[in-house]
Amino acid sequence: MEVTTSGVGIEATALHKAFTTRQVLLGVDVTIAPGEFVAIVGQSGCGKSTLLRLMAGLDTPDSGVVALAGEPPRPGSPLMRMMFQDARLLPWRRVIDNVGLGLPVGRQAEAGSALAEVGLAERGGDWPSILSGGQRQRVALARALASRPRALLLDEPLGALDALTRLEMQGLIERVWQEHGFTAALVTHDVEEAVALADRIIVLSAGQVALDLQVNLPRPRDHAARHFTELKATVLDEVLGTRHERVARMHALSPAQADRATERLVRTA
Amino acid sequence: MSGWLASGMTTANLKQNALRQATPWLVPALIVVVWQALSIAGIVAARVLPAPTAVARAGWELLTAGTLIADVAISARRALLGFVIGGGVGFMLGLVNGFFPWGARLLDSSVQMGRNIPHLALIPLVILWFGIGEVARLFLVAIGVAFPIYINTYHGVRSVDTSLIEMSTTYGLTTWQLFRQVILPGALPSILVGVRYALGIMWLTLIVAESIAATSGIGYVTMNAREFLQTDVLVLGILLYALLGKLADVAARGLERRLLAWHPSYARA
Repeated sequence: MEVTTSGVGIEATALHKAFTTRQVLLGVDVTIAPGEFVAIVGQSGCGKSTLLRLMAGLDTPDSGVVALAGEPPRPGSPLMRMMFQDARLLPWRRVIDNVGLGLPVGRQAEAGSALAEVGLAERGGDWPSILSGGQRQRVALARALASRPRALLLDEPLGALDALTRLEMQGLIERVWQEHGFTAALVTHDVEEAVALADRIIVLSAGQVALDLQVNLPRPRDHAARHFTELKATVLDEVLGTRHERVARMHALSPAQADRATERLVRTA
Repeated sequence: MSGWLASGMTTANLKQNALRQATPWLVPALIVVVWQALSIAGIVAARVLPAPTAVARAGWELLTAGTLIADVAISARRALLGFVIGGGVGFMLGLVNGFFPWGARLLDSSVQMGRNIPHLALIPLVILWFGIGEVARLFLVAIGVAFPIYINTYHGVRSVDTSLIEMSTTYGLTTWQLFRQVILPGALPSILVGVRYALGIMWLTLIVAESIAATSGIGYVTMNAREFLQTDVLVLGILLYALLGKLADVAARGLERRLLAWHPSYARA
């Protein structure tokens, strides 16, 4: 990991959150080190978006503590920016003015450089309605970067994009993260994306952290490498709940032996 | 002009464009021609419906007498003043009720009750309160205009995309910035619909209000014409109202085109 980073740490301790009758988070502890890239995966409805929103301060936990750089998170904090599944651009402003949202008047030039970073410098004068989905998310990324946040929370930002655009955007996100050094928390349902981008993968299941996995693969990640695919399989198994069956099937082991084998796999990955 | 030509308009395009501009006027022109023909042929008696030429002559006489322009200006001024007053009140109320839930809870029912009273039915009461002077006329126009503007402003504010509002809070927008940069522009399409509708009501109310007892304006001219059986002046008055109404509509449409240039329906590549 980098020695110097502009990122801030995020700590979630013993988080509980329920919506009406449904318990979504049942005691979640997550610590994200400054500058770390953490992916949070899990099945639909497992609470990963809820967890991210609690980290962003958009919701408050029923019990437990969230800290962003040691303070409770506040939605308008300049330390933290968020990207959503839809770009959420203001349709009545041109692209460059969208990127400059919230920037004080003197710093509008940073909007231009942020837009250039995502490769859309020449589209600054366009209306958002004529951009493609991928381009709009890129503008949303530029907008998030323009104010130089120290933490970037991404709530399934690539979920609505086609496969090729998704791959491009993954590369872009990795590049800007390496460039800027902010702390990144990415919620995604795409396990491959998590393994491609993250330093650490957290799997949420039944309202708790089921797996907290270090990803020590070198960057840029080779999707075809053996360790990559093994890791992906491990995480996918945990997400789908097929961990025991798969390892047992693979090695004709008993469930207890399968457990130990998986643990070994996790440690060496 | 040269820039206009350089933007890709060839002579053929210009001809096409001119044709497109002229087409809406074909039917009215045809009607006038048929009307004139019927009058000349004597099929339509001059007393029932004077020929277009007679109407034009009456208009010319009034114009050269120096009173026509003044009367038209007075009518227009009344209409606009009433529109500004009533529209202003409706707009403010719509904003307050749309933005503050307590406002809506307190006032919306009352406003809806008021809306259902046909304002023209209030004329006897209005005359009693304000006499037959300018105040009465302005009051009627203002009341007629206030309700459509209120409803559409209220609806516009309420239907601003909440995901955009949420996004804006994460960018640290103050309440005032949120209002000016997100809510107001977002409500604008609905507000402008209200404006267009209110313009129609404005003219209707003005015509009725001027027929009560005016001493100036188009209504005064037509009332006199009615007294003296000058049907050509009567028709002239009607045509003038129609022309002013059309002008107001064109102005509103121009406003829409400028303020809603970002909207996909108005976008020109």
